[in-house]
Amino acid sequence: MIDSLRRFFAGDLWWSFRSSPIVVLAAMTTVSMVFASVFANFVAPYDIFDLTQFNLMDGLKPPFWMERGEIGFLLGTDDQGRDVLSTILYGSRVSLTVGFFSVIFAMLIGIFVGLVAGYSGGWIDAVLMRIADVQLSFPAILIALLVDGIISGLLPDQAQGELAIYVLIAAISLSFWVQYARTVRSSTMVERTKEYVQAAQVIGLPKPLILFRHILPNVMGPVLVIATIQLALAIITEATLSFLGVGVPPTSPSLGTLIRVGNDYLFSGEWWITVFPGLALVILVLAVNILGDWLRDALNPKLR
Amino acid sequence: MALLEVRDMQVEFPSRRGSVTAIRNVNFELASGEILGIVGESGAGKSTIANAILGLLEPPGIMPRGRVLLDGKPIENLPIEKMRQIRGKRIGMIFQDPLTSLNPLQTIEQQLVETIRIHLDLNEADARTRAINMLEQVGIPEPEVRIRHYPHQFSGGMRQRVVIALSLCAEPEVILADEPTTALDVSIQAQILDLMRRLVRETGVGMIIITHDMGVISETCDRVMVMYRGDVVETGPTRKILGNPDHPYTRSLISAVPRPDKRMDRFPLVEYIEEAQIAHRPLDIRTHWLGQSRDFGAANSEFLVSVRNLEMRFVTVRSLFRSKRRYLRAVDDVSFDIRKGEVFGLVGESGSGKSTVARMICGIYRPFAGQMIFDGTDLTSLKSLRQVNRHRRQMQMIFQDPFSSLNGRMRVADIVAEPIRFHRLAASNDEVKSIVADLLDHVGLGAAAGKKFPHEFSGGQRQRISIARALATRPRFLICDEPTSALDVSIQAQILNLLKDLQEELALTMLFISHDLPVIRQICDRVAVMRDGKLVEIADTETLFENPRTKYSKHLLDLMPRLGGT
Repeated sequence: MIDSLRRFFAGDLWWSFRSSPIVVLAAMTTVSMVFASVFANFVAPYDIFDLTQFNLMDGLKPPFWMERGEIGFLLGTDDQGRDVLSTILYGSRVSLTVGFFSVIFAMLIGIFVGLVAGYSGGWIDAVLMRIADVQLSFPAILIALLVDGIISGLLPDQAQGELAIYVLIAAISLSFWVQYARTVRSSTMVERTKEYVQAAQVIGLPKPLILFRHILPNVMGPVLVIATIQLALAIITEATLSFLGVGVPPTSPSLGTLIRVGNDYLFSGEWWITVFPGLALVILVLAVNILGDWLRDALNPKLR
Repeated sequence: MALLEVRDMQVEFPSRRGSVTAIRNVNFELASGEILGIVGESGAGKSTIANAILGLLEPPGIMPRGRVLLDGKPIENLPIEKMRQIRGKRIGMIFQDPLTSLNPLQTIEQQLVETIRIHLDLNEADARTRAINMLEQVGIPEPEVRIRHYPHQFSGGMRQRVVIALSLCAEPEVILADEPTTALDVSIQAQILDLMRRLVRETGVGMIIITHDMGVISETCDRVMVMYRGDVVETGPTRKILGNPDHPYTRSLISAVPRPDKRMDRFPLVEYIEEAQIAHRPLDIRTHWLGQSRDFGAANSEFLVSVRNLEMRFVTVRSLFRSKRRYLRAVDDVSFDIRKGEVFGLVGESGSGKSTVARMICGIYRPFAGQMIFDGTDLTSLKSLRQVNRHRRQMQMIFQDPFSSLNGRMRVADIVAEPIRFHRLAASNDEVKSIVADLLDHVGLGAAAGKKFPHEFSGGQRQRISIARALATRPRFLICDEPTSALDVSIQAQILNLLKDLQEELALTMLFISHDLPVIRQICDRVAVMRDGKLVEIADTETLFENPRTKYSKHLLDLMPRLGGT
């Protein structure tokens, strides 16, 4: 364990990470935002779910440096008197959860479909990839809306609020798997013809073993990179869905919900309600994206 | 005065772990009408010299010292614009792979005319006339018609001729050819070398041929420069270097080249390489794990493997209707028998179907028709996977490319242990570990190699891992598909010696596939010659080499490059 850690710190990956200040900054931003949202209960100045902690009289206060602003509400308050900083921290918790799990599920579906299609070829490949193509021709957000609509329609009304977050995850992962499937399929088709796969066939290994033990580890590189980029996309999709009002309910706000709520006050001068959650979203997505971009280059031996 | 002169050239590749000196103290000159060969094994710095002359060092490579004089004028460290006028115009280039050095989306005409017009002051029509003349000069029939074709419409040899025409069309003074025939078959190679020699005599250009192949050197070059790990060890006339070399490295390198004219028991080893040089320790097959019950069938036949009327077709035109499908017959009515304990060679040019035969025998491809009998059992008649696996375990394969035949994400020990675990050949995990360590040790790697990943090894060492993996199922039949064609000669000698040792001590039966006739002569007992999917001739190795019966075998034998002076 210690040995492998030491090898990691001596390796090219760590070196290329350290030699790029932007990547280090992006990593630090991502880590601190994830940390702050996971431990929002301890980090946030107020608990936004505790009704006793906010007062309607504090509503619509501007950030502290402006006139009427208070040091107690660093980034101001929303219409109900909730501290904007706290809502952002709790909100990114929802956003990150949705983003993380939908990426995982999309990845699982996509990798499985891609491996099977790429290795089998023939009509199995044709059928699976046509399904993927059809889905790809619709915008992801439309698919997510459709899935969300169908699942919500099937659920009883009172369960909807509680289950909203799971519905969101299902909707986003079902609209995102195609990317993984296509990438994994094309890498699998390349790997399939390599001699190590033939060697495994000569040994007599059955197909599933060849697929998961030999081919899968060799196609994971690009998948991990797509995953970081998709994480950003999933967070944005969640924000969009919540903005459109089909995402999580306003009682457990995500970044998207916050932006939508604040949108109503934008023209009456209370810009901070929507701008700060928006800014948090931009920074988070940008940081994850930079990390993903760097990872793609760093994992490519030709670019080292 | 020399046409091209290189003085005291040094090339370095700085990296974060210190600077690597790729070549040092390189001095040579080239006269017009002369062919200089640069020979050495991979990593010796041959191609780096060519790139440094052209100012095309791959980043982060730099040339901190040295002069390059073209016609007496220095051309090193020129600005990019100036250098561009020299490349192609005054120094032409021929690369290894004719497939990638031509643009597939342009006709030959577009590429030739464009090059001619960039470098020579000619109008469209004159450039075209010149292009046709060039094609004629390099021996392309019907140049007026062929010039309108795309690169994919030419065969490999023809394509390389086009590349040569392209490099000559701007009347350069020097041509750098980097492994110009490595990707070609022997018969094509002979034609291309002939052509290059003729063109040099006719046009008076100076040519540098970079190659790892002593045969190419002896066929073409006037002078040779031998490189070893970035140093020039020896320079001199070809006859002298090949016949009576001064430096011990050159001497052992030449001795490691398989001799086409005589069968020897073992290959002499090159003393200079630092890789595993452990002498092979024999093991007692009666007590060793490798010799334990190998489920040998009781069939009391003289032959272990028999192939009857084997046929393989690849679909070229798909259709729902059987009558509209078109096939390529890769293997057509091939029959042969392999005796127990013999090394059976399969030889032929690329595309002759020899690898396809091997892949059918070991079950990667399913034959279209025909029978494969292994130890008395007809493999094509077996239905269940379990039955097939029982036989598969007894035959293993060693592949050509040591870089793609090992899964890069697995540790070497796991790679070798996989067949043992899968076929349950060992009772406990500890036993698996000790067997793996023993196998790795036996192929000359040492048991410590198991903890590493394949990319930490060189090509020859990786081929040893492949051999260990193949031995791990305790096979009795080993298929070697061009096991050494991706390796340097010195490593090739080691690997062939290892295979020979193993074959003798384990009483293995072997199918050895190669396009390299001298290697076949050294290692095989009997040989089958294949051409276009058909079997041409089967004979004892010595008989084939001394008295070939068919015209095609004779033709192949005539093409073998022979080292001058030996």
